[in-house]
Amino acid sequence: MSTETKTMNMIEAINSAMDVMLERDPNTVVMGEDVGFFGGVFRATAGLQKKHGKTRVFDTPINECGIIGVAVGMGAYGLRPVPEIQFADYIYPGLDQLVSEAARLRYRSAADFICPMTVRTPFGGGIFGGQTHSQSPESIMTHICGVKTVIPSNPYDAKGLLIAAIEDNDPVVFLEPKRIYNGPFSGYYDRPVEPWSKHDASAVPEGHYRIELGKAATVRSGEALTILAYGTMVHVTKTIVEEMGIDAEIIDLRTLLPLDIEAIETSVKKTGRCLIIHEATRTSGFGAELAALVQERCFYHLEAPVERVTGFDTPYPHSLEWAYFPGPVRIATALTKILKD
Amino acid sequence: MPETPQRPASNLPPLSLHIPEPRYRPGDTPDFGDIEVPAVEAIPRPSEATKPDAMRELSYGLVRVLDFDGQAKGQWDPKLSPERLRTMLRNMMLTRAFDDRMFRAQRQGKTSFYMKCTGEEATSVASTMALDRTDMVFPSYRQQGILITRDYPLIQMMNQIYSNRGDHLLGRQLPIMYSAPEHGFFSVSGNLATQYPQAVGWAMASASKGDSRIATVWCGEGSSAEGDFHSALTFATVYNAPVIFNIVNNQWAISSFSGFAGGERTTFAARAVGYGIAGLRIDGNDPLAVYAATQWAADRARTNNGPTLIEHFTYRSEGHSTSDDPSAYRPADEATAWPLGDPIARLRQHLETLGEWDAERHEAQVKELDDLVKTTQKQSEKLGILGHGMHQPFETMFEDVFEEMPWHLKEQCDQMLAEREAKFGPNWKPE
Repeated sequence: MSTETKTMNMIEAINSAMDVMLERDPNTVVMGEDVGFFGGVFRATAGLQKKHGKTRVFDTPINECGIIGVAVGMGAYGLRPVPEIQFADYIYPGLDQLVSEAARLRYRSAADFICPMTVRTPFGGGIFGGQTHSQSPESIMTHICGVKTVIPSNPYDAKGLLIAAIEDNDPVVFLEPKRIYNGPFSGYYDRPVEPWSKHDASAVPEGHYRIELGKAATVRSGEALTILAYGTMVHVTKTIVEEMGIDAEIIDLRTLLPLDIEAIETSVKKTGRCLIIHEATRTSGFGAELAALVQERCFYHLEAPVERVTGFDTPYPHSLEWAYFPGPVRIATALTKILKD
Repeated sequence: MPETPQRPASNLPPLSLHIPEPRYRPGDTPDFGDIEVPAVEAIPRPSEATKPDAMRELSYGLVRVLDFDGQAKGQWDPKLSPERLRTMLRNMMLTRAFDDRMFRAQRQGKTSFYMKCTGEEATSVASTMALDRTDMVFPSYRQQGILITRDYPLIQMMNQIYSNRGDHLLGRQLPIMYSAPEHGFFSVSGNLATQYPQAVGWAMASASKGDSRIATVWCGEGSSAEGDFHSALTFATVYNAPVIFNIVNNQWAISSFSGFAGGERTTFAARAVGYGIAGLRIDGNDPLAVYAATQWAADRARTNNGPTLIEHFTYRSEGHSTSDDPSAYRPADEATAWPLGDPIARLRQHLETLGEWDAERHEAQVKELDDLVKTTQKQSEKLGILGHGMHQPFETMFEDVFEEMPWHLKEQCDQMLAEREAKFGPNWKPE
């Protein structure tokens, strides 16, 4: 493992993870719409085709069913495909290949065939993407048996988790919070954006390293309550908690499935309160699963009802996106309530 | 919602919606006299490197080798040795004997489900014989002939059908959804046409590695309507993938005739034309035409000349599956009225015409294969049949969801084991 670090934003860290894997493993291939010569609409694959060649990094037709379907076949051959779906909102045409094929192949064939595929896709709002470029479909992914769901919240984690995902022998959906590609987000859309370079997690080793899937990270230790968050919301949460001077313990889940239940249980049993924050719509969102698990495992330690802060159950609106986003007001209100109970 | 503006009155007749309807329903007398069957000698065989645009007529024609007198003729004749022809006949006959036996086993309550391929044996047997054994096949659900042709042990097929102790898929899959990687046979999904883009991906991988193996894939004419089919053809033409697409046009998708997949308008092979892919429409009941077309397509793929789409024009003589009753939607005698005959009868006739086969040998082989299937069935049934005891350790239900079992599955597995103990006591063992 290289110990040399470089300051990277999240895009550069993700790019570096693929670069490292393309270099190390001749079976790794990267493909997707606009990922080749152009380097991806978010630049995540910039320079990779030039460095590793056209048969390793290439453009695909605009056909998500085809992208995921051919990746399943490539996996059966022995390759380790890393398809990009340009926006998570576009993954639905490929969902059957993901749910019924990629996720089940190991099971239905008793491991005759496996699907070591990592589907990378940017998700979430806050970039004026409207209702087709802002969705957070993570709970759809966690509902599939046989797929792992990973969501990084900073450059260091993004690289280590993506390498672990690519090396994993099962399909992984790697959801990239696109609002924080270029810098952590405070939740205040009307304040200047801070670049990643001012954040500790932008110091990223240049070589190979892994962050084990299924392990959460404690972003901030505290006693007053436990906040479960992931992706963009980790940073928004931290900002509000610090502004309000609350001694919260913030857990960045990093992998939703398999979930780090131990980290959640230990923290909630210590603090006695649990607030769950996600940007996705509320009903049947991943927060519902988290709330149920906390209730099942920590009920006798709870001093207040488990609360959820989420997006609303509407499509993501274009002009009113900041009224939709679970920002400072919604989080502060929930914090005040859960600490009063 | 705003009101839709009314179109001003005109002298045009009102629009009408076309709902396709098969020509014959139960009680009708089927007549397929209008199916065009070209003379064998007149069918051109272009070179394997021909550009798709220069061979479009073959997507609308019908490639044939055997005429109705049992003679192999024309440019497509693969000129197989009598020995190869007898192997082909045997593989088709074994497939049919296997089907008959397993269909009956389902009717006897020994398994939940079965699907025969009666009348379509050539589309998988002859096709597989024209491939290299290391080429990868992505079957649909009616290609048991592939496994038989590649000498996959019959007992393993039966164990899978019975979901018994010998089933290497651990009873997880519906009967006939085999998986046989050592025989180059991809796991059968049960979803329709999903294997199409997967075969293209496998072929792309093979090409990108400079391998020499090609991929081949099957679907029915009905499932050629799936989006996956079109995704696959798009990727195949874009990357010039070394893949052979087979559409087994057996006229029926459960109760929906081919018109519900667009068969009233054009041929299924013609779908290749729009993609710039070579298309061949062939007599799927002529084993030598199937062999020759597959050989042509395999040579084409292996020499970097790209994919081929083959429409096997055939007829599904039996129901869709053991769960189907075709007499409810089509005439009972449609199969016998089918103008292209039966593939086993036609190859037998050809071999007899050559003086390489006779009625006595044929009858002896029918008996030999029937005995083989029966004996194997007995061995398989010793390992259990479906619904009579539980044959797999319960833990296997939770294995292979992931390579390593995560905590939530371990917890659920423990719960299930506790349920098992509550019901069966602590000493339960697989039966």
